[in-house]
Amino acid sequence: MKLFRYLLVIFFLINFNLLNAQDEDLERKIIKNLRCLVCQGQSIYDSDSEFANSLKILVKKKLEDGKNEKQIYDYLKNKYGEWILYDPKFNKNTYFLWLLPILIFIIGGAIVFKIFIMRKN
Amino acid sequence: MKIKIFPVFLFIIFFIIFVIFYKGLQNSNIYIPNINTEKNIPIFEAKTFIGNKKINSKDIFRSDKYYLMNIWSSWCVPCKEEHPFLINLSKQKNIEIIGLNYKDNNKNAKIFLNELSNPYNLIFLDNNGTIAIEWGAYGVPESFLIHKNKIIKKIIGPINKDSLLEIKELIQ
Repeated sequence: MKLFRYLLVIFFLINFNLLNAQDEDLERKIIKNLRCLVCQGQSIYDSDSEFANSLKILVKKKLEDGKNEKQIYDYLKNKYGEWILYDPKFNKNTYFLWLLPILIFIIGGAIVFKIFIMRKN
Repeated sequence: MKIKIFPVFLFIIFFIIFVIFYKGLQNSNIYIPNINTEKNIPIFEAKTFIGNKKINSKDIFRSDKYYLMNIWSSWCVPCKEEHPFLINLSKQKNIEIIGLNYKDNNKNAKIFLNELSNPYNLIFLDNNGTIAIEWGAYGVPESFLIHKNKIIKKIIGPINKDSLLEIKELIQ
Protein backbone atom coordinates (compact mmCIF):
# COMPACT_ATOMS: atom_id res chain seq x y z
CA MET A 1 0.00 0.00 0.00
CA LYS A 2 2.84 2.34 0.93
CA LEU A 3 4.60 1.55 -2.32
CA PHE A 4 1.43 2.32 -4.23
CA ARG A 5 1.20 5.70 -2.56
CA TYR A 6 4.80 6.51 -3.47
CA LEU A 7 4.19 5.49 -7.05
CA LEU A 8 1.12 7.70 -7.18
CA VAL A 9 3.13 10.72 -5.95
CA ILE A 10 5.88 10.06 -8.53
CA PHE A 11 3.24 9.67 -11.24
CA PHE A 12 1.70 13.05 -10.40
CA LEU A 13 5.09 14.76 -10.20
CA ILE A 14 6.05 13.48 -13.64
CA ASN A 15 2.73 14.58 -15.12
CA PHE A 16 3.04 17.99 -13.50
CA ASN A 17 6.45 18.47 -15.16
CA LEU A 18 5.07 17.40 -18.51
CA LEU A 19 2.26 19.89 -18.15
CA ASN A 20 4.78 22.66 -17.56
CA ALA A 21 6.89 21.59 -20.51
CA GLN A 22 3.88 21.65 -22.78
CA ASP A 23 2.92 25.14 -21.62
CA GLU A 24 6.27 26.54 -22.59
CA ASP A 25 6.34 26.97 -26.29
CA LEU A 26 9.48 26.49 -28.28
CA GLU A 27 10.18 30.18 -28.65
CA ARG A 28 10.27 30.72 -24.92
CA LYS A 29 12.41 27.66 -24.45
CA ILE A 30 14.97 28.96 -26.94
CA ILE A 31 15.21 32.49 -25.56
CA LYS A 32 15.55 31.10 -22.04
CA ASN A 33 18.60 29.16 -23.19
CA LEU A 34 20.28 32.22 -24.71
CA ARG A 35 22.55 34.47 -22.71
CA CYS A 36 22.28 38.23 -23.00
CA LEU A 37 25.69 39.61 -23.97
CA VAL A 38 24.91 43.13 -22.77
CA CYS A 39 23.67 42.39 -19.25
CA GLN A 40 25.77 39.29 -18.79
CA GLY A 41 24.34 36.73 -16.42
CA GLN A 42 20.76 37.25 -17.54
CA SER A 43 19.02 35.24 -20.19
CA ILE A 44 17.49 36.86 -23.25
CA TYR A 45 14.11 35.95 -21.79
CA ASP A 46 14.80 37.88 -18.56
CA SER A 47 16.60 40.81 -20.10
CA ASP A 48 15.03 43.95 -21.48
CA SER A 49 18.14 45.36 -23.15
CA GLU A 50 18.06 46.51 -26.78
CA PHE A 51 20.12 43.47 -27.77
CA ALA A 52 17.79 41.06 -25.97
CA ASN A 53 14.69 42.60 -27.52
CA SER A 54 16.18 42.35 -31.01
CA LEU A 55 17.19 38.76 -30.42
CA LYS A 56 13.65 37.88 -29.30
CA ILE A 57 12.33 39.30 -32.58
CA LEU A 58 14.99 37.41 -34.54
CA VAL A 59 14.22 34.05 -32.87
CA LYS A 60 10.53 34.55 -33.62
CA LYS A 61 11.34 35.39 -37.24
CA LYS A 62 13.60 32.35 -37.64
CA LEU A 63 10.89 30.06 -36.23
CA GLU A 64 8.37 31.56 -38.63
CA ASP A 65 10.85 30.89 -41.44
CA GLY A 66 10.71 27.22 -40.46
CA LYS A 67 14.07 26.93 -38.72
CA ASN A 68 14.28 24.42 -35.89
CA GLU A 69 15.81 24.82 -32.45
CA LYS A 70 19.20 23.39 -33.36
CA GLN A 71 19.48 25.52 -36.50
CA ILE A 72 18.82 28.67 -34.47
CA TYR A 73 21.42 27.72 -31.85
CA ASP A 74 23.97 26.94 -34.57
CA TYR A 75 23.24 30.23 -36.29
CA LEU A 76 23.78 32.24 -33.10
CA LYS A 77 26.81 30.17 -32.09
CA ASN A 78 28.36 31.04 -35.41
CA LYS A 79 27.74 34.76 -34.78
CA TYR A 80 28.61 35.07 -31.11
CA GLY A 81 30.38 31.88 -30.06
CA GLU A 82 29.46 29.04 -27.72
CA TRP A 83 29.05 31.47 -24.81
CA ILE A 84 25.66 32.66 -26.00
CA LEU A 85 24.19 29.27 -25.11
CA TYR A 86 23.36 28.45 -21.50
CA ASP A 87 23.80 24.79 -22.31
CA PRO A 88 27.40 24.53 -23.50
CA LYS A 89 28.36 21.45 -25.47
CA PHE A 90 31.14 19.09 -24.45
CA ASN A 91 34.37 20.18 -26.14
CA LYS A 92 37.98 20.96 -25.31
CA ASN A 93 37.07 24.26 -23.67
CA THR A 94 34.24 22.93 -21.56
CA TYR A 95 35.41 19.45 -20.53
CA PHE A 96 36.59 20.74 -17.14
CA LEU A 97 33.22 22.36 -16.56
CA TRP A 98 31.45 19.08 -17.28
CA LEU A 99 33.88 16.78 -15.50
CA LEU A 100 34.43 18.81 -12.33
CA PRO A 101 31.11 17.89 -10.65
CA ILE A 102 31.75 14.21 -11.39
CA LEU A 103 35.30 14.55 -10.04
CA ILE A 104 34.09 16.24 -6.87
CA PHE A 105 31.40 13.61 -6.50
CA ILE A 106 33.97 10.80 -6.78
CA ILE A 107 36.34 12.47 -4.30
CA GLY A 108 33.50 13.15 -1.89
CA GLY A 109 32.31 9.57 -2.27
CA ALA A 110 35.81 8.30 -1.61
CA ILE A 111 36.06 10.39 1.58
CA VAL A 112 32.71 9.14 2.83
CA PHE A 113 33.64 5.56 1.95
CA LYS A 114 36.99 5.88 3.71
CA ILE A 115 35.40 7.29 6.88
CA PHE A 116 32.77 4.57 6.77
CA ILE A 117 35.42 1.83 6.52
CA MET A 118 37.49 3.44 9.29
CA ARG A 119 34.49 3.60 11.63
CA LYS A 120 33.61 -0.01 10.89
CA ASN A 121 37.10 -1.13 11.79
CA MET B 1 57.66 5.09 7.68
CA LYS B 2 54.39 4.43 5.97
CA ILE B 3 53.16 7.39 3.92
CA LYS B 4 49.45 7.78 3.84
CA ILE B 5 48.61 8.01 0.16
CA PHE B 6 45.01 9.02 0.54
CA PRO B 7 45.46 12.38 2.37
CA VAL B 8 48.34 13.30 0.05
CA PHE B 9 46.25 12.50 -3.00
CA LEU B 10 43.35 14.49 -1.59
CA PHE B 11 45.60 17.45 -0.87
CA ILE B 12 46.99 17.41 -4.42
CA ILE B 13 43.53 17.27 -5.97
CA PHE B 14 42.22 20.17 -3.90
CA PHE B 15 45.40 22.12 -4.53
CA ILE B 16 44.96 21.71 -8.30
CA ILE B 17 41.32 22.81 -8.08
CA PHE B 18 42.33 25.78 -5.92
CA VAL B 19 45.00 26.89 -8.42
CA ILE B 20 42.56 26.64 -11.35
CA PHE B 21 39.89 28.67 -9.59
CA TYR B 22 42.43 31.19 -8.30
CA LYS B 23 43.74 31.71 -11.83
CA GLY B 24 40.14 32.00 -13.03
CA LEU B 25 39.59 34.89 -10.63
CA GLN B 26 42.05 36.98 -12.59
CA ASN B 27 40.26 36.46 -15.89
CA SER B 28 37.72 39.03 -16.96
CA ASN B 29 34.19 37.75 -16.50
CA ILE B 30 32.87 39.95 -19.27
CA TYR B 31 32.62 37.96 -22.44
CA ILE B 32 33.53 39.56 -25.73
CA PRO B 33 32.89 37.60 -28.92
CA ASN B 34 35.99 36.64 -30.87
CA ILE B 35 36.99 39.60 -33.01
CA ASN B 36 39.82 38.07 -34.98
CA THR B 37 38.02 35.51 -37.07
CA GLU B 38 37.52 36.22 -40.73
CA LYS B 39 33.91 35.74 -41.63
CA ASN B 40 31.88 36.20 -44.75
CA ILE B 41 29.62 39.19 -44.64
CA PRO B 42 25.95 38.40 -44.10
CA ILE B 43 23.45 38.86 -46.87
CA PHE B 44 20.50 40.99 -45.89
CA GLU B 45 17.80 43.21 -47.26
CA ALA B 46 17.13 46.61 -45.76
CA LYS B 47 15.64 49.98 -46.46
CA THR B 48 17.86 52.94 -47.16
CA PHE B 49 17.90 55.92 -44.83
CA ILE B 50 17.47 58.34 -47.69
CA GLY B 51 14.70 57.44 -50.09
CA ASN B 52 13.42 54.47 -48.08
CA LYS B 53 14.25 52.08 -50.94
CA LYS B 54 14.68 48.36 -50.37
CA ILE B 55 18.23 47.25 -51.20
CA ASN B 56 20.02 43.92 -51.06
CA SER B 57 23.48 43.92 -49.51
CA LYS B 58 24.79 41.91 -52.48
CA ASP B 59 24.34 45.00 -54.65
CA ILE B 60 26.42 47.16 -52.34
CA PHE B 61 29.60 45.36 -51.41
CA ARG B 62 31.99 44.93 -54.33
CA SER B 63 34.96 42.66 -53.86
CA ASP B 64 37.65 45.06 -55.06
CA LYS B 65 36.97 47.78 -52.51
CA TYR B 66 37.31 48.33 -48.79
CA TYR B 67 34.19 49.09 -46.81
CA LEU B 68 33.60 50.12 -43.24
CA MET B 69 30.23 49.06 -41.97
CA ASN B 70 29.45 51.27 -38.99
CA ILE B 71 26.50 50.68 -36.67
CA TRP B 72 25.37 53.97 -35.18
CA SER B 73 22.47 55.76 -33.62
CA SER B 74 21.66 59.34 -32.68
CA TRP B 75 20.86 58.36 -29.08
CA CYS B 76 24.25 56.71 -28.61
CA VAL B 77 26.79 59.00 -26.92
CA PRO B 78 29.95 57.06 -27.94
CA CYS B 79 28.76 57.43 -31.57
CA LYS B 80 29.20 61.18 -31.23
CA GLU B 81 32.72 60.61 -29.91
CA GLU B 82 33.72 58.47 -32.88
CA HIS B 83 32.08 60.71 -35.49
CA PRO B 84 35.13 62.95 -36.12
CA PHE B 85 37.21 59.82 -36.80
CA LEU B 86 34.63 58.62 -39.32
CA ILE B 87 34.69 62.03 -41.02
CA ASN B 88 38.47 61.75 -41.17
CA LEU B 89 38.26 58.25 -42.65
CA SER B 90 35.67 59.31 -45.23
CA LYS B 91 38.35 61.51 -46.86
CA GLN B 92 40.29 58.37 -47.83
CA LYS B 93 39.67 57.43 -51.45
CA ASN B 94 39.85 53.64 -51.28
CA ILE B 95 37.21 53.09 -48.61
CA GLU B 96 33.47 53.54 -48.50
CA ILE B 97 31.67 53.97 -45.21
CA ILE B 98 28.31 52.28 -44.93
CA GLY B 99 26.12 53.18 -41.98
CA LEU B 100 23.57 51.03 -40.22
CA ASN B 101 21.18 53.25 -38.33
CA TYR B 102 20.29 51.15 -35.29
CA LYS B 103 16.84 51.50 -33.66
CA ASP B 104 16.71 55.19 -34.25
CA ASN B 105 14.16 57.91 -34.77
CA ASN B 106 14.47 59.14 -38.36
CA LYS B 107 14.10 62.77 -37.41
CA ASN B 108 16.75 62.62 -34.68
CA ALA B 109 19.12 60.76 -36.98
CA LYS B 110 18.79 63.50 -39.61
CA ILE B 111 19.48 66.20 -37.01
CA PHE B 112 22.53 64.21 -35.85
CA LEU B 113 23.95 64.08 -39.38
CA ASN B 114 23.14 67.73 -40.11
CA GLU B 115 24.93 68.83 -36.97
CA LEU B 116 28.00 66.61 -37.21
CA SER B 117 28.04 66.13 -41.03
CA ASN B 118 27.61 62.90 -42.91
CA PRO B 119 30.59 60.57 -43.45
CA TYR B 120 28.48 57.76 -44.92
CA ASN B 121 28.26 56.82 -48.59
CA LEU B 122 25.08 54.92 -47.84
CA ILE B 123 22.95 54.34 -44.76
CA PHE B 124 20.70 51.36 -44.07
CA LEU B 125 17.89 51.30 -41.57
CA ASP B 126 17.69 48.71 -38.83
CA ASN B 127 14.55 49.55 -36.94
CA ASN B 128 14.27 46.38 -34.89
CA GLY B 129 17.96 45.54 -34.47
CA THR B 130 17.86 42.23 -36.33
CA ILE B 131 20.30 43.26 -39.06
CA ALA B 132 22.88 44.15 -36.39
CA ILE B 133 22.50 40.58 -35.08
CA GLU B 134 23.09 39.23 -38.60
CA TRP B 135 26.43 41.04 -38.36
CA GLY B 136 27.16 39.54 -34.96
CA ALA B 137 26.97 42.90 -33.20
CA TYR B 138 25.48 43.38 -29.78
CA GLY B 139 25.56 47.10 -29.25
CA VAL B 140 26.29 50.49 -30.72
CA PRO B 141 28.71 51.59 -31.98
CA GLU B 142 30.38 48.69 -33.72
CA SER B 143 32.34 48.71 -36.96
CA PHE B 144 33.38 46.08 -39.46
CA LEU B 145 36.16 46.50 -41.98
CA ILE B 146 35.28 44.56 -45.11
CA HIS B 147 37.42 43.45 -48.03
CA LYS B 148 36.62 40.86 -50.70
CA ASN B 149 33.24 40.23 -49.02
CA LYS B 150 34.94 39.20 -45.79
CA ILE B 151 35.05 40.92 -42.42
CA ILE B 152 38.76 41.51 -41.88
CA LYS B 153 38.48 43.56 -38.71
CA LYS B 154 35.81 44.11 -36.12
CA ILE B 155 35.83 47.07 -33.75
CA ILE B 156 33.57 46.84 -30.71
CA GLY B 157 32.88 50.27 -29.25
CA PRO B 158 33.77 53.67 -30.68
CA ILE B 159 36.56 54.13 -33.20
CA ASN B 160 39.45 56.01 -31.65
CA LYS B 161 42.82 57.37 -32.77
CA ASP B 162 44.50 53.96 -32.59
CA SER B 163 41.81 52.02 -34.43
CA LEU B 164 41.64 54.75 -37.10
CA LEU B 165 45.38 54.40 -37.66
CA GLU B 166 45.04 50.64 -37.81
CA ILE B 167 42.27 50.87 -40.40
CA LYS B 168 44.31 53.29 -42.49
CA GLU B 169 47.28 50.92 -42.40
CA LEU B 170 45.11 47.95 -43.38
CA ILE B 171 43.61 49.68 -46.41
CA GLN B 172 46.92 50.95 -47.77
